[in-house]
Amino acid sequence: MKDMTSDGPMIEFRKDLFADERDDDLNEIGKPVRRQDILGHVTGRSPFFDDHLFDGLLHMRCTRSPHHHARVRRIDTSEAERMPGVRRVLTGRDVPANLNTLLSLLDFGLDDEPPLAETKTAYMGEPVAAVIAETEAEARAAAAAVKVEWEPLPHVLDVEEAIKPDAPNVLEIYPGNKFIYHGKYDHQKLRYGDVEKALGEADHVVEGRYQMSPIEQAPIETCGAIAAPEQNDRYVCYTSTQALFFSLGTAAKVLKLPSSRLHFIGGTVGGGFGGKVDSIHEPLAILGAMLTGRPVKYAWDRAEEMQVGAPRGAERWYITDGVMADGRIIARKFTGYFDSGAYTRLSSYAIIKGVGHLPGPYTIPNVSADVYCVYTNRTPATAMRGFGITGVDFSIETHMDKVAETVGMNPIELRILNSYRDGDMKAHRRVAKNCALIECAQVVAEKAGVTLSPEMRAASSLTGGGGVRGEIPAFTATDEQGRVEGFAASSYARKAGASSSAAARQPTPPGLQSRPAAASAPVSTPQPAPARTPPPPAGAPSEPVGRAPDKPARSGAMRFSSLSGFRRR
Amino acid sequence: MTKSPVGFTLNGSQRAAFADPGQSLLDFLRRGVGDLSPKFGCGQGACGACTVTIDGATHLSCLVLAESVAGREVRTAAGLADGASLDPLQEAFMDHFAAQCGYCTPGMLVSARALLDRNPRPDRAEVIEAISGNLCRCTGYEPIIAAILAVAEGRARA
Amino acid sequence: MTIVETYATLAEAARAMGRDAAYFGGGTLVMRAVNEGAAPPRLVRVTDPGLREIRGSADTVTLCTAVTMADVLAHRDLDFLHPVARAIGGPQIRNMATIAGNIFAEHPYGDFAVALLALGARVVPVGQGGPIPVEEVLRARDRTGLIAAIEVPRPRDRRDFGFLKVSRVKPKGVSVLAIAANLPREAGRIRGARIAFGAMGPTPLRASGAERALEGASLDATSIGRAAASAAEGLDPPTDPIASAWYRKEVCGIHLKRLLSRMEAGR
Repeated sequence: MKDMTSDGPMIEFRKDLFADERDDDLNEIGKPVRRQDILGHVTGRSPFFDDHLFDGLLHMRCTRSPHHHARVRRIDTSEAERMPGVRRVLTGRDVPANLNTLLSLLDFGLDDEPPLAETKTAYMGEPVAAVIAETEAEARAAAAAVKVEWEPLPHVLDVEEAIKPDAPNVLEIYPGNKFIYHGKYDHQKLRYGDVEKALGEADHVVEGRYQMSPIEQAPIETCGAIAAPEQNDRYVCYTSTQALFFSLGTAAKVLKLPSSRLHFIGGTVGGGFGGKVDSIHEPLAILGAMLTGRPVKYAWDRAEEMQVGAPRGAERWYITDGVMADGRIIARKFTGYFDSGAYTRLSSYAIIKGVGHLPGPYTIPNVSADVYCVYTNRTPATAMRGFGITGVDFSIETHMDKVAETVGMNPIELRILNSYRDGDMKAHRRVAKNCALIECAQVVAEKAGVTLSPEMRAASSLTGGGGVRGEIPAFTATDEQGRVEGFAASSYARKAGASSSAAARQPTPPGLQSRPAAASAPVSTPQPAPARTPPPPAGAPSEPVGRAPDKPARSGAMRFSSLSGFRRR
Repeated sequence: MTKSPVGFTLNGSQRAAFADPGQSLLDFLRRGVGDLSPKFGCGQGACGACTVTIDGATHLSCLVLAESVAGREVRTAAGLADGASLDPLQEAFMDHFAAQCGYCTPGMLVSARALLDRNPRPDRAEVIEAISGNLCRCTGYEPIIAAILAVAEGRARA
Repeated sequence: MTIVETYATLAEAARAMGRDAAYFGGGTLVMRAVNEGAAPPRLVRVTDPGLREIRGSADTVTLCTAVTMADVLAHRDLDFLHPVARAIGGPQIRNMATIAGNIFAEHPYGDFAVALLALGARVVPVGQGGPIPVEEVLRARDRTGLIAAIEVPRPRDRRDFGFLKVSRVKPKGVSVLAIAANLPREAGRIRGARIAFGAMGPTPLRASGAERALEGASLDATSIGRAAASAAEGLDPPTDPIASAWYRKEVCGIHLKRLLSRMEAGR
């Protein structure tokens, strides 16, 4: 590791590369600048969510499932309610809209996760009750005194086991334990050219299997929020979230409050790395403040942060390359499995993002990918640095080394050979521009003392691309594998002008009857501002997870204008 | 619950507040006294975000009983600056990008200050040992080590 | 909920102990339990500053009950214990954690107790009774009362004693395993070999296989090889998030060999 003390800062500016494309007369880049927030950090004054003092602060702690998968037969909070310092014990019945999925904010997916589970838990640590008490110790003791009658169910903890026909079903709305994409397929497809034909023509076929375990972000600050009644009939919420608008929108939806009644303060995050986007704490903290009239803090302790807090999900990738003897990769086929854990959260979108990335920064004329968002009884997954990309990039680059070994080529030269160049068509049908992989590879070779051939040293991202390489293949093989019935398309990537009809949001899982809407929200919640449409029923026991036929597409959540970079053209 | 009065010195000033039985010094400092600079990271003694000094020696305040500091001298990160005049370590951390999210920084600074107070010219290995009880998830430690050595070698701003 | 009882002397504290109480020494283990809601309701602590005394004679060091790792590191004539104290926690933990408390530390902690076991240390209980070998105390920790002091026999030659802690994270990390080797010599031969492993069982344990391989031999490549080969004999290490039982069994002989080779080179 380069020693900063003796060798100076670890940044080297290569002014020789792309020199005529930019102005090097820069005011900020390359000049040391103090971070605008660092004075607060070194004086201990940066206002993390917990750095606010409230008189009469109450503490919330949850009762959690000890099982990977279990039905909840009965929850008895009576003893907990009588314990010293306890002000209130919440269960799912107290949550105004006890079913959500984070990406409903982007109109993507189905509501699948209750903030407080009522009939079933699908991962170890899933909360079923929230105790609010005068001190954290009292809340902790009372949470342990909530009595739950569990009926353990068979569980599955591996992605390929979970998609077998006889696997335990994690989410009733997805009977095969797979997220349904676009209402049509049980996986996300990428098709470009004809992979099977090209594999038949290749000199070598190189196969690889790669996987990554879940990775815990482990920030030093655990996730949490403090909510308190504020004047003007609002609630203030200090939160550790990385995604203030996600959290605001989620809280508004789950609590059936217009967002104008919420005052969110955040942006000072004690490490997030993607793990503070799920917006778990704000809704319950605010609900606690609503029901007690006092400030309520809900934060994970370290054990919860590590096990209950969502990690980067596990991934497994199978890659098959068709390679010519001279090292040109003419086909690349992916089968990928993302372990979403027990609920969807962001995994469905991670795959959209990841598939847009394939086959990596290389121009390969035939590419196909089948990528599955799989449900298991593991802790639900969420984002972490390089979200959706990191696992597949590890797999791709390891595979490139394997290909280099197969054809007897220097792995850096293999990459330069196959690298995309400006003007090339990428597998998701956009033209590559501002490519720089070749130059990066050349600098790496120089730093590592690897000698490249003159041809490789002369290669450039600016030359050799486009032309025939810039054209979409005349023929792309498509298929209907993984086609499912009974799911309607969501509004994802719908063309501009089409309205989201209620019908489009009501997938009925095949083979399940729809039930009449059950009686609506609990008595004790303050009424939200007049709703435009009747709210959906809070989950009733054994009702299929989905919505009543008159459920509107919009339900109090904030909306965003685009998903994953798709722009209305 | 019988609270006990705890009179002690915090960053050079006489303070007093009531501690709950079994309350940690960390919680007592933050909520009882109002010094929010030491942070909660684990409650297990693993991360060091709660580091303070008691009579000059670093301690993990999440593992100290609040009432045990009665009559003793506690120092936290909030006591490093003298009004607007910062400790050289604070200046060096800012110059060397030794903080990103800033959550480990108060504990890290207390450990660094305790090192330089007892050993003004540590070598790299001694700096590493001195901060080995403070976890950082953001910087990779090198900027922090560089900042501490810069002060030790007299290269930091005064 | 929690009640803290503070006494001026250890004798009073011992009388106050009971099933519903925990002795609060350095706090590095008990306070964690308090934070997690897992501690007994009563915490018993003592304020007597004399509990941090260290007394030395030519052949024995006596560490009173509140002596910390940092206290050991501050005493130059305890240098044979410095590699052990330095391996416990980080600097803050070393300012807080007591040697006596380390005897009660459950797996994966308790590295200092490993050294005490190899050195044949004796525990002086509060109240009646003479010193008890630490080996006996480790076998019956639940039934042991408060400790007044620990008597540590000095190795006659400082180089006869070696310690190695194996952890994934350095310099501060939880043990995969820890090894302490005490190899007194008579005319070049090992007499009274004591080798102790940490994190290879529910408590620090002696490696009797390795001891037998070294007893009566000189410390050389041959005897070291024999000791390494029988290092895991009779030991049933745990599987935990740090390492599996299989892994601990696989590597304990390798690490023992490294420690013994280092000790051989030092002589």
